[in-house]
Amino acid sequence: MPFTILKKRELVPTIHQVDVAAPRVAEKAMPGQFVILRIDEYGERIPLTIADFDAADGTVTLIFQEIGKTTRQLASLDAGDSIADLAGPLGRASSIERFGTVVCVGGGVGIAPIFPIARGLKAAGNRVISIIGARSADILFWEERLEEASSEFYVTTDDGTKGHHGFVTDIVQKVIESGEPVDRVIAIGPPVMMRAVAGVTKPFGVKTVVSLNPIMVDGTGMCGACRVLVGGATKFACVDGPEFDAHEVDFTLLMSRLAMYLPEEQEALECEAAAEPKI
Amino acid sequence: MKTESKPEKRPEMAKQSPSERRSNFEEVALGYNRYEAVAEAKRCLDCKKPPCIKGCPVGVDIPRFIRQIAEEDFDSAALTLKSTNSLPAICGRVCPQETQCEAVCVLGKSGKGDPIAIGGLERFVADYEMEMGVTAPDLPAPTGKRVAVVGAGPAGLTAAAELAKMGHAVTVFESLHAAGGVLVYGIPEFRLPKSIVAAEVDFIRRLGADMRMNSVIGKIGMVDELLSGYDAVFLGTGAGLPSFLGIDGENLNGVYSANEFLTRVNLMKAYLFPEFDTPVKKRRRTIVVGGGNVAMDSARCALRLGAGEVTIVYRRGEDELPARAEEVLNAKEKGIIFRLLTNPIRILGDENNWVTGMECINMELCEPDESGRCRPVPVPDTEHTIPADVVVIAIGTSPNPLVSMTTPDLETARYGTIVADETGATSKPGVFAGGDIVTGSATVISAMGAGKVAAKAIDEYVRGSARL
Ligand SMILES: Cc1cc2nc3c(=O)[nH]c(=O)nc-3n(C[C@H](O)[C@H](O)[C@H](O)COP(=O)(O)OP(=O)(O)OC[C@H]3O[C@@H](n4cnc5c(N)ncnc54)[C@H](O)[C@@H]3O)c2cc1C
Ligand SMILES: Cc1cc2nc3c(=O)[nH]c(=O)nc-3n(C[C@H](O)[C@H](O)[C@H](O)COP(=O)(O)OP(=O)(O)OC[C@H]3O[C@@H](n4cnc5c(N)ncnc54)[C@H](O)[C@@H]3O)c2cc1C
Ligand code: SF4
Ligand code: FES
Repeated sequence: MPFTILKKRELVPTIHQVDVAAPRVAEKAMPGQFVILRIDEYGERIPLTIADFDAADGTVTLIFQEIGKTTRQLASLDAGDSIADLAGPLGRASSIERFGTVVCVGGGVGIAPIFPIARGLKAAGNRVISIIGARSADILFWEERLEEASSEFYVTTDDGTKGHHGFVTDIVQKVIESGEPVDRVIAIGPPVMMRAVAGVTKPFGVKTVVSLNPIMVDGTGMCGACRVLVGGATKFACVDGPEFDAHEVDFTLLMSRLAMYLPEEQEALECEAAAEPKI
Repeated sequence: MKTESKPEKRPEMAKQSPSERRSNFEEVALGYNRYEAVAEAKRCLDCKKPPCIKGCPVGVDIPRFIRQIAEEDFDSAALTLKSTNSLPAICGRVCPQETQCEAVCVLGKSGKGDPIAIGGLERFVADYEMEMGVTAPDLPAPTGKRVAVVGAGPAGLTAAAELAKMGHAVTVFESLHAAGGVLVYGIPEFRLPKSIVAAEVDFIRRLGADMRMNSVIGKIGMVDELLSGYDAVFLGTGAGLPSFLGIDGENLNGVYSANEFLTRVNLMKAYLFPEFDTPVKKRRRTIVVGGGNVAMDSARCALRLGAGEVTIVYRRGEDELPARAEEVLNAKEKGIIFRLLTNPIRILGDENNWVTGMECINMELCEPDESGRCRPVPVPDTEHTIPADVVVIAIGTSPNPLVSMTTPDLETARYGTIVADETGATSKPGVFAGGDIVTGSATVISAMGAGKVAAKAIDEYVRGSARL
């Protein structure tokens, strides 16, 4: 049974939101979990985090960045179109407890998955300090939603077009150094950002959690494509994660494994371009 | 009937030539034509006490369907097969007949000639039926009972088909996007075309089973939740968790579990990349670690993907290779290199985290111990390096814990298998299990057999519970 796209919009250039009718997934989804989708018979299975879910409407919201063949194809779909396969919710849910003060960091497209976590943490009675960052103001999204889900809210841009001119780590450092006791940091974004956040919090001994995004195939523990090294032990991110202790993660390995198929990904894009009708 | 005038040899099944098949994924063995099939069927002695039936784990009435082929009544032969084996086109292709039904055939045992090519004949009938268009049997009146089947591998599919034929409403939950289990993600196209699996699945759908793909039980629903909506649950979730060696370098780029390598190639059709979107590394030199059928399948896939050099590294000797002898011969014929009595020590990589080779050590077999197995021991100072760009680890799998982890009162054994009695009943009332999830990695036919036995027990259970 295909999954129908109910809503689709481009939030900012190259970042899109789709709301998909998937009642069973919506009913079970928890913050921090993801789905694996396959657009059609020829498609690759790709993981996307559940950025929001509405059990009453039976929808899940996915936010994705166009970076390669599959995400571009997904971006070309409209409301009314459908996706052949969508499996989930997968992975372990984010632990939502009353920790005290939690800093939630979202970078780039990682702003989306940090939202339901921040919302959940605030509802659980935490003081939530959210820090979101992007390269530039024109690719920032969901600021109001995050602000609403937070007790304190910061924006950073690499080029200074909005909020703090600099990186999310600058604010993380400032908050911790301000002397306010921070009980937990959770960071989702590009691996370099997550590694940087881990680097900032480690000297202070603040428990830090990151959501890892290795290449996946089945998402159920069957293949081992998603192997990551955490505290010297190999873990399957799809079932043991995707969230792990940031201070234990081998980010270098994660990044090199993410680059495994670069030549093939380029080939897929070129092949796609060649197939487009020439006007 | 003058038995002595019968030919001793079975007809050789037509195959693609080795040079052709090295480079494509089309089926290797092409099957018998009707003349060959009838001639082969006529060799059958139609024994009074046929041992072959006992050799078959599901007890197919072999002499009967063979007699029907000899009489050129292929429709009846198909009915005979289907009455005990719901997936004959698949079994005919992948069953290890040489150790089952054909191993006990009187013709072979008495030295009068080759055993009857039971698998080949089974495949012929199933293919004939498929070509003619299969008609779904008449179903009994609905019983009003609902059964959930978890996992659409051979065990789950068989249980679903049997239960549907008994009139129960069956819903199958499968985590992947396609039904078939190992038949679609593991066994390569050239041994078992996926169109055959799809046709068999379609048949089960036509029996009325509701097939829900993309449904990971333990995530989208728990066994306890299923029990509130269904009268019984069958677990056929297989043994899909890949084992790794636990040596240095296993997370290097280019190192795959056999499950990942085969899933990319077979389920995701990476051999047709970029027409299909999923890539797989096609490189010059591939090492496959392991000696079973999964290792042979991986090696053959690597060769077909264009690897010039494929080496199988196995720590025991030739006699201990768990793969079918025929498969080993096949592999050798195609130029796959066997490094037996060789054990990996670590996998070597370059500065970009890419595999460059594997360091191994020679092994020797000691005297067999009480259990009859020889434990291989390393020979000192025999470390050596085999260069490689891709390494596939095919040393086995264990049950995926997703279901047992989320079903606390389900008893499991060491290595995570689910404990079930001979009828498939587990420690949890209303929950039955069968196939690799109970036995650990076994065979297609044994999983089917377990699915069938459990279906019978489930039938009794749900009918019995009606009386309560
Ligand atoms: C648990 C998890 C959650 C994710 N959530 C989101 C999200 O909410 N929004 C979002 O934009 N992205 C998310 N990603 C990343 C997203 O899956 C990839 O961007 C996507 O697969 C790229 O596919 P492509 O064909 O467009 O690009 P490609 O050109 O195929 O690949 C581009 C890059 O994406 C990564 N990638 C490729 N294939 C896969 C795969 N099968 N699985 C994982 N990564 C892959 C690789 O690093 C690759 O270099 C998530 C990844 C994981 C593991
Ligand atoms: C590469 C390879 C080659 C083989 N070759 C042969 C051969 O030639 N001959 C032979 O007889 N045997 C062969 N085997 C063994 C044979 O395939 C297995 O013994 C058989 O498939 C087991 O059947 P099963 O139904 O128990 O499990 P599987 O076939 O493993 O099916 C289990 C199914 O359950 C699904 N599942 C798992 N967990 C969940 C969950 N939580 N929720 C929903 N669904 C779930 C899986 O996705 C899968 O589809 C081979 C195995 C492999 C790996
Ligand atoms: S099902 Fe397998 S074992 Fe049984 S008769 Fe057919 S080929 Fe032989
Ligand atoms: S994606 Fe296959 S095991 Fe995690």
